[in-house]
Amino acid sequence: MIRYLARRLLSLALTLLVASVVIFLIIEVVPGDTASLMLGVNADEETRLALREELGLDVSKPVRYFNWVSGMLTGDFGISYTYRTPVSEMIADRMMVSFPLALYALALSTLIAFPAGIIAATKRGSFSDVSIMGVTQLGVAIPNFWFAMILVTIFAIKLRWFSAGGFPGWEVGFFAGLKSLTLPAFALALPQASILARVMRSSLLDTLGEDFIRTARAKGLSARQALWGHALRNALIPVLTIIGLQFSFLLAGAIIIENIFFLPGLGRMIFQAITQRDLIVVESVVMLLVFAVVAVTFLVDVAYAVVDPRLRRRV
Amino acid sequence: MRRRRNLVIGALLCVLFIAAALVSFVWTPFDVISLDIANKLKTPGGEHWFGTDHFGRDILSMIMVGARTSIAVALVAVGIGMVLGVPLGLFAAASRGTLLDELIMRGNDLIFAFPALLIAILITAVLGPSAVNAIIAIGIFNIPVFARLTRAAALSLWERDYILSARVAGKSKLRISAEHILPNLLNLLIVQGTIQFSLGVLAEAGLSYVGLGAQPPTPSWGRMLAESQTMFSFAPHLAIFPGLAIVFTVLGLNLFGDGLRDYFDPRLRHNRHDETPEAIVNDERVS
Repeated sequence: MIRYLARRLLSLALTLLVASVVIFLIIEVVPGDTASLMLGVNADEETRLALREELGLDVSKPVRYFNWVSGMLTGDFGISYTYRTPVSEMIADRMMVSFPLALYALALSTLIAFPAGIIAATKRGSFSDVSIMGVTQLGVAIPNFWFAMILVTIFAIKLRWFSAGGFPGWEVGFFAGLKSLTLPAFALALPQASILARVMRSSLLDTLGEDFIRTARAKGLSARQALWGHALRNALIPVLTIIGLQFSFLLAGAIIIENIFFLPGLGRMIFQAITQRDLIVVESVVMLLVFAVVAVTFLVDVAYAVVDPRLRRRV
Repeated sequence: MRRRRNLVIGALLCVLFIAAALVSFVWTPFDVISLDIANKLKTPGGEHWFGTDHFGRDILSMIMVGARTSIAVALVAVGIGMVLGVPLGLFAAASRGTLLDELIMRGNDLIFAFPALLIAILITAVLGPSAVNAIIAIGIFNIPVFARLTRAAALSLWERDYILSARVAGKSKLRISAEHILPNLLNLLIVQGTIQFSLGVLAEAGLSYVGLGAQPPTPSWGRMLAESQTMFSFAPHLAIFPGLAIVFTVLGLNLFGDGLRDYFDPRLRHNRHDETPEAIVNDERVS
């Protein structure tokens, strides 16, 4: 187990190292001088050079890369070119929106997908199964930003149940904050719930066909007892993997949705940073999101290896 | 029977949109570039079946030309993924366990570690917003999908007896990959290609929606939705028709892909059910 962990950790570190180089190179391709762009065309050369020094742009690229990576390792993500505040503080602020939004969307997606998948699997071939599968096909095909527009029109403009956008902040109250995240969370959850329901259905169908379920039934357990006592628990393994993957996707995939609802989250921050050429923010947030994806995948793999020793041999 | 129905419905929807895109090259009900302010925001009906936008342009004509953009971007992006991903997967499988295999697979893992939409936005932001850059951004994420699929399927083929006899006959690994492995993977690649195509249509719409896809005056479904956003409450037709065009195209491609998978693999037709959890994950990972 320790050898497995060590190998996985090494591969995690290598992935992050290469990812950081790739991100740095992509950002460095951006043409133009950040300092001149920030100061405007009329700035004199001396001010421009002073600003370059202040931003740490006056050193060579390898040194800048090294400074950036070593800074991140100590929690120092640099200073935003646009806002002149530490990037780590900005990220922490935005995480207060993005993290709860991703969790909320994941909770909704799970709450919708589990019953839907279980009903579809247990009543396979019935009208309910066909309808649920039909809805999931639609759910995967609907672009979430279009779905968000429809939600806003119905629930914010016509019915006035929710606001059409913005976030009041958690200090106003937990429920007020949650309410403003409800429509975005639904918009994000729709495609995820559809995928999850399909995985739940197919995984449960696989498990229900296994010998140990037949044995359980032969022992006298009812179909319901076999389902809840044995099948469901075993069917959850692939479902949990998807939930893990979906969480990191939701954290990073909310860029468009956060923009539609004017939510001050990570996605909106990175989009604004790209348009304002606040490159240090772009680099750091992308790196953080890549870290989230890699870390979640690592944790899921390790959890598997703990549960199923056979997997430890397969790295 | 249900599966055959999926294939037929999917094929019909795909044909409808491909036909709309092709016809738009020679004919559209109205000119999509010229403005006709006198006829702005007309509701559906009469001369303009789907109504007109705030510049008086015909929505149906714009959707037809928009289909061209969507199909072109998604198709070329799938092409990039296949042309680069399939050979990589074949090389990796042929040199299983070597450093080359390891390098190719770790490279794939690396691309998968990047949240797809985020990097697509980053690439188009760095290179400048355009349909071509959207193609590159979407195409890059198709490479590991095809490389992984090809490697996994090719590995199981390498175990077969007829491959062994080809090796005994003295054929090189490269030749075996091209002559025996690849033809046996075609069905699988076509199915995955259809599914990546549908994800490409969605991704193109998303990028255009945030202004990083095809630029004006080229009509694109995503940008039509973005432009309609502020007018949705009093002119919903501006958003409903382009939105439905995306939904039906993606739905058609997904149904067609699922139907093809069952058609190519008769074992599935008699199986307990139609899809494995792994297949769903592979399909949807880059969405």
